[in-house]
Amino acid sequence: MKFILMMNTMKAGCEPLKGWSKEDFQTHCRVLIKLHQDLRESGELVSVEGLSFPDQAKLVRAGQDGKPITDGVFPESKEFLASFSIVDVENPERAYEIAAQISAAPGPGGRPLNMPIEVRPVMSGPPPEML
Amino acid sequence: MAEGVVVKPWDGNSEHLLRELAPQVLGAVIRRFHDFAAAEDAVQEALLAAFLQWPNDGIPENPRGWLIQVASRRMTDHLRSEIARQRRETAVATEAGPIAPAAELEPEMHQDDTLILLFMCCHPALTSSSAIALTLRAVGGLTTAEIAHAFLVPEATMAQRISRAKQSIKSSGVPFRLPSREEQAQRLCSVLHVLYLIFNEGYTSSSGAQLHRVELAQEAIRMTRAVHNLVPADAEVAGLLALMLLTDARRRARTGPQGELIPLDKQDRSLWDHAAIAEGTTLLTSALSKGAIGSYQLQAAIAAVHDEAGRAEDTDWPQILALYELQKHLSDSPMVALNQAVAAAMVYGPMKGLELLKALDSDARLAGHHRLAAVRAHLLEMSGDRAGAIEHYRIAAARTTNVPEQNYLLTQAAKLSDKTGSVG
Repeated sequence: MKFILMMNTMKAGCEPLKGWSKEDFQTHCRVLIKLHQDLRESGELVSVEGLSFPDQAKLVRAGQDGKPITDGVFPESKEFLASFSIVDVENPERAYEIAAQISAAPGPGGRPLNMPIEVRPVMSGPPPEML
Repeated sequence: MAEGVVVKPWDGNSEHLLRELAPQVLGAVIRRFHDFAAAEDAVQEALLAAFLQWPNDGIPENPRGWLIQVASRRMTDHLRSEIARQRRETAVATEAGPIAPAAELEPEMHQDDTLILLFMCCHPALTSSSAIALTLRAVGGLTTAEIAHAFLVPEATMAQRISRAKQSIKSSGVPFRLPSREEQAQRLCSVLHVLYLIFNEGYTSSSGAQLHRVELAQEAIRMTRAVHNLVPADAEVAGLLALMLLTDARRRARTGPQGELIPLDKQDRSLWDHAAIAEGTTLLTSALSKGAIGSYQLQAAIAAVHDEAGRAEDTDWPQILALYELQKHLSDSPMVALNQAVAAAMVYGPMKGLELLKALDSDARLAGHHRLAAVRAHLLEMSGDRAGAIEHYRIAAARTTNVPEQNYLLTQAAKLSDKTGSVG
């Protein structure tokens, strides 16, 4: 079963590393890198990607002529997607367990960030014989 | 590389030959070197070498001997470097490793270790995903890349999964020999379950969107056939093989040109593989006559009843209902109860089926399961309750994680909305 684990971060107060010491930031990175390394070694990691800060994001719509119209960022959203991992695990409980580990990644002062991680099943091929 | 008179050119069947030889070669190398994990790697390398050389150079006269020789050479290299590493690490050289002379190999060469290997790879100590991956590699002779591709994960991830599985086997101390007679029946259940899962994985991913995937369903049939040849008296092994053949026979009729699902009652039955149906039916008939009826035989019997009907409306539903009732005695699976409700609806009408579904609403194992909503939608549609059917098709569509099934369920809901004229 494949799941996508989406790490959402509050946009407010998330200017690059505001209030983080170098040591806190390095600890944070080390914990997450180690976690993904473990997932790779257990044969569960499909992919992991970190995303740029929200000011790099563009909202795109097709105009009348089909050409892209790009907009700035998403002023209305309070949260933004910071990174995502796709894991292939035995059951949903294991996906939640991994999500909790990501959520607990240390922030300033080494305190767990407890970020919300959205977990959703990744759609797959057709099911066994159906009616 | 290894020599040998070339007698056969490489052709379309050669890959199958390689895969069939894989477990035999692995067995021979393990017997010689007594190290499952390293031997499995060495055989994989030998298979890859054959894949590179044989298409150009042709198939050696003794392909099995060629593979054993190449794999043994890899093992010797591996052991040498291991010993060198240990020497470096311990400074004091210990006993040299168990490098056996080549001659020792010969008397054992024609023993088929497929069953022993299956018992190892499908050991209950492994998670099902690990057991599946390891079985496909060690017994199925597939490469890591092919397995990774079949499961749509990176090759490195699959390699790690296989290596972890081998570590688990090593640490649980499973010996390389047949389990005791009492243990065998139970362990054979695990083997059949893993083969069944491989078959389902292949059967469910054979749609148009997934071109170039290894034919997992075919591999599962091939391995199950091998087990059946080794233990022909086992009725459940024969039952599983029959179930696979009878189900796979409908493969071509199961999907439309865009990869959309076509349910059983709408399939073009002339596309069914009638040779596979005949083989499955013969196997099943002989298995059923052996006395001990098991779950795979019952599932195969249900598949056979469907396959026998020339048209959907000719389906012998009373017989299917009776078979589900028998199956319910064997297992307490809510899925069996769900299928039984469908069969009851086909025999006694949709109200009977809906009544049986009510009893399943309180089953925690089915709570929130899309199949319960899908069956209810189907039965409501049969009963003429369009609004209720639309609602439950949509509930089911929201819950399934299968794209083609979701499309099918949404199409059903849309079709009913069109008929009622509601925009829904």
